Amino acid sequence: MTNLPHAQATATREERAHERSYKRHSLAVRILHWINVVALCVLLMSGLQIFNAHPALNWGKSSYTGAAPFFELADGFPSWLTLPGGRWLAMGRRWHLFFAWIFVVNGLIYVVYSIASRHLARDLAPTRADWKSLGRSVVDHLLLRHPAGEAARHYNILQKLTYLFVIFGLLPFVILMGWALSPRLDTVVPGWVDIVGGRQSARTLHFIAAWTLVAFVLIHVFEVLISGVFNNLRSMITGRYVVESEHADRPR
Amino acid sequence: MPTDRAEASRRHFLGRTLAAAAAALLAGCDAASRSSWFPKVLDVGELASRRAQRLVSSRRSMAQEFSAADLSPQFRSNGTANPDDSQYQALAANQFADWHLKIDGLVERPLQLSLRELRAMTSRTQITRHDCVEGWSAIGQWTGVPLSAVLAEALPRAQARYVVFHCADPMDAAGTRYYESIDFEDAYHPQTILAYELNGALLPIANGAPLRVRIERQLGYKMAKYIMRIELVSSFAHIGAGNGGYWEDQGYEWYAGI
Repeated sequence: MTNLPHAQATATREERAHERSYKRHSLAVRILHWINVVALCVLLMSGLQIFNAHPALNWGKSSYTGAAPFFELADGFPSWLTLPGGRWLAMGRRWHLFFAWIFVVNGLIYVVYSIASRHLARDLAPTRADWKSLGRSVVDHLLLRHPAGEAARHYNILQKLTYLFVIFGLLPFVILMGWALSPRLDTVVPGWVDIVGGRQSARTLHFIAAWTLVAFVLIHVFEVLISGVFNNLRSMITGRYVVESEHADRPR
Repeated sequence: MPTDRAEASRRHFLGRTLAAAAAALLAGCDAASRSSWFPKVLDVGELASRRAQRLVSSRRSMAQEFSAADLSPQFRSNGTANPDDSQYQALAANQFADWHLKIDGLVERPLQLSLRELRAMTSRTQITRHDCVEGWSAIGQWTGVPLSAVLAEALPRAQARYVVFHCADPMDAAGTRYYESIDFEDAYHPQTILAYELNGALLPIANGAPLRVRIERQLGYKMAKYIMRIELVSSFAHIGAGNGGYWEDQGYEWYAGI
């Protein structure tokens, strides 16, 4: 019987929380997001395994143009960063070229879903008000201030622009530069890789784009951590996001 | 304050859990790589790539050809640079005057062609980019006889599906020799040539003398050097470990279009 008041209090708190929570991410977005997390981790680590087979970057059509590579790692990346651990190019390629398919198919489903479900138009397309808040949003991000109350229900302008840049810029680009490395795909339109300066330029850009994605993920995870890690994680797992009232917002 | 402490301890717990999960996952991935079943799952990727690439590019799609200005100052030699084999060394000592290319297997007319006879046949010269599976590229000018011309002389039988290249270079202490195989789509491609010249000079030993194959829409390991014999087969399951090539037997993909 002593438990009863406590249980009641908990129930009330949960009820109140439920009132202030809403479904932030659809089931489809949540599944696609986590598949993407797995695929990108495998692609990065197996990609570093492949890089280690020739740990140098060149610019141009070939690696032997008379110019020295502009980036070189004598010992390659450490084995704890590669998949598999230790040198194993054949297996690294299998992981990479299998998960590349998962990543591409997952991405295609995401794009089709986002357009069809209006996720893109509703949640990601910047509104006029968003554009007006650009300056403030930059300052807020630099001061690590996060929106509370109603404003927290929507992505802010920097968030929207970053997601759009990654989804429709960086990810397609990293795929295209991967295709450029395929001797067979290079024959679709002979010489198309010269758009970026040749196959070795494409290899370099594939590498740079991959690390740009890593930078995005680091910032993304940092923002998740400082803007309510459990709330954010819950919303990407169960869909529920609790909006804290503006008055109750504690200074951070 | 209690909530802050609880929050801090939850974060600490989350961090440790994530680190432990990551370590376990990596160990799991390595175990999966060494298992007998998981690489077979990953092979679906190779199949999908082959199908997709052949869907978006035609059987006759041409690899990019370059100008003399793009030539690599020195064409890199990779893998075997000089076969450790007494029979090969004897042939090389005599400038391959006694060397013959054998063409046999599922053909109506088995052939033996000398270097002089190959050079007398129709030839093709192309400046192409060589893409190694390791990631580097080199550009060279190759001259040789189209494989299709040699096959036309040998008359493949209807059951023949693959062209196997048997090479002179031993790859290990047991004496396993390099070999490779391609299907007829690549065998009859106009840029698939049996090259005897590199950059206008006789093919150097480091690059596969006296004869190497160029398969311009696949990776370098497909382009066998030191070719001694070309065999037409309906299946390569009985050759080597049965995967269609020396590197394929070490786990590399048979289809090396990417």
